[in-house]
Amino acid sequence: MDTLQTIKIALRGILDNKLRSFLTMLGIIIGVTSVIALVSIGQGATSQVTEQIQSLGSNLLTVNIMGRGANTTLSYKDAMEFAESPYISGVAPVVTGNATVKHANKNSSVQIQGTNADFLTVRNYKLSQGRFITPADVNMRQKVAILGSQIAEDLFGLVNPIGQEVKIGGQIFKVVGILESSSSMMGSNDEEIYIPITVAERLLQSRGVRVLYIQAASKDTVSQATEEISSKLSRMFKTSSDSDFQSYRILDQTEMLDTINQTTGTLTMMLGGIAAISLLVGGIGIMNIMLVSVTERTREIGIRKALGARKRDIMSQFLIESLVISGIGGIIGIIIGVLLSRGIAQLIGINAKTTYSVTAIAFGFSMLVGVFFGIYPANKASSLKPIEALRYE
Amino acid sequence: MLISLENIYKIYKRGDTAVHALDGVTLQIENREFVAIVGPSGSGKSTMMNILGCLDTPSDGTYIFEDKDISKLNDDQLAVIRNRHIGFVFQSFNLLPKLDAVENVELPLTYAGKKGSVRRERAVEMLNAVGLGNRIHHKPSELSGGQQQRVAIARALSTDPPIILADEPTGNLDTKSGREIMEILKELHLSGKTIILITHDISVANQAERNVHIQDGKIVNDVKVVG
Ligand SMILES: Nc1ncnc2c1ncn2[C@@H]1O[C@H](COP(=O)(O)OP(=O)(O)OP(=O)(O)O)[C@@H](O)[C@H]1O
Ligand SMILES: [Mg+2]
Repeated sequence: MDTLQTIKIALRGILDNKLRSFLTMLGIIIGVTSVIALVSIGQGATSQVTEQIQSLGSNLLTVNIMGRGANTTLSYKDAMEFAESPYISGVAPVVTGNATVKHANKNSSVQIQGTNADFLTVRNYKLSQGRFITPADVNMRQKVAILGSQIAEDLFGLVNPIGQEVKIGGQIFKVVGILESSSSMMGSNDEEIYIPITVAERLLQSRGVRVLYIQAASKDTVSQATEEISSKLSRMFKTSSDSDFQSYRILDQTEMLDTINQTTGTLTMMLGGIAAISLLVGGIGIMNIMLVSVTERTREIGIRKALGARKRDIMSQFLIESLVISGIGGIIGIIIGVLLSRGIAQLIGINAKTTYSVTAIAFGFSMLVGVFFGIYPANKASSLKPIEALRYE
Repeated sequence: MLISLENIYKIYKRGDTAVHALDGVTLQIENREFVAIVGPSGSGKSTMMNILGCLDTPSDGTYIFEDKDISKLNDDQLAVIRNRHIGFVFQSFNLLPKLDAVENVELPLTYAGKKGSVRRERAVEMLNAVGLGNRIHHKPSELSGGQQQRVAIARALSTDPPIILADEPTGNLDTKSGREIMEILKELHLSGKTIILITHDISVANQAERNVHIQDGKIVNDVKVVG
């Protein structure tokens, strides 16, 4: 008997019993929907975090100085020695503090970041207007400021801030640049002000650098760069690199990425696994209904056998029926799952990411459930003796 | 020899009591015969038909069908015999209620592995032959009893089997429809088919060439009908 005919018979059986077929499918639909939705949202969130970390520059090393004893910071000059390494392409030491910033009658307390010209490329920030700090600004202690987009708007409104003056901690600075807005899960620079590090040290009365952003020359030199920084700092603070006491900490983006990917990956798998259990429950629903269907159609099976249906004809009829149910359920589940994940994603402000592989796996799994839970009823149907099936009332 | 039953027993056990539905039946049927198996209710007629039709297996005895020992065949081989060699006509029609007339007639052809277009052509031809050419897309529930039985006959004929096994084919029909069905069976016999007809009605049985009388699972008389 040809498969097409069997599929037709199966579709007919399903259409003859629309409500029951739908209820049977519901288990599969819910299962596939939840697998698709949960994994899509999980993967969407993961790739978003990954992108944000990568946008920081995958070559970025963040160095925190804790120091030892009275010696808790690095001088700007010492910090810049790292730039001589061939493995390092940029060094941006940062001095941070709070200060009041004033323009006209508006004022607010903001975070001031004193840094150098490398900062922009090392942190992968963009300017929307003007220029960033130059080496000359640092050397000459120029009182210039680059504003975060939010601060610029708060202080100047619609007026172009470039060339205007602001008072920071009582001193007059000239605004030379505005940063492009960049808010991410890793924080925002919209409410920060950047000034030359040499100016910041005096303004904030904080000598020495506690944080350095260092850019490795390329992805492949990240580990050499890390090693070099590490050995230099160990020498400076006279700690051995394997001692428990840490006078500094070097954070590597790829390490961070790995950790985050691992965590979110596990989370996604877990959500998918929980959803897969509901698929299994859906499969039991199919088996239940198919068993009822076999009993109900015992006479039909008897007639078909009397007319020459072989065991495998009856078997494939029932198996295809359960496959069609789980297949249609799977397709409906995929559609709802994609729509649902889009909806939820929009609601919580991320991008859902439905990959082909998760769609294929969810669909394949639903078909597998159809086969697995269809086999027992199908076998039961096909093993009926013709005379007993015919006599069944 | 087309069919040979040798000392066939069918025993149903019910607790301590055993019902001998067939109690040592020996019977030969030749090609192109028109045999009626006659007997009162409960005499074992249907039991015999089920065994002849390979729907059931005897408790004891040998059944030779076209020189093959039926007890040596497996389920799939028996299915092929039911499909190609025997056409069934049941008292209760046994049409599939959700399929229309032509689809019901196509069923045996489907299991014979015939292509869709071939099936349809053959099924329509058979429905025309039983006078239902204008009812091919009616569901069984939309047909009269006589019409349903004619669909069943068309179905039995679809794979062109040499034998038609009919168990009380007129039992559920009024006199007129019953007569029409008998006319069709007689025509089929004339066209060269072997007809085995089961009935408790002597007037129906007398339309066959030969009457086998059965009582309490035993053949009590086997006579040629003199017309
Ligand atoms: N499945 C069964 N289990 C037990 N006993 C059965 C079974 N089928 C038939 N019998 C018994 O076997 C005997 C013969 O039954 P069968 O159906 O062959 O009679 P029949 O001649 O066809 O009768 P009717 O004219 O009423 O159809 C009866 O006594 C019946 O009770
Ligand atoms: Mg009977």
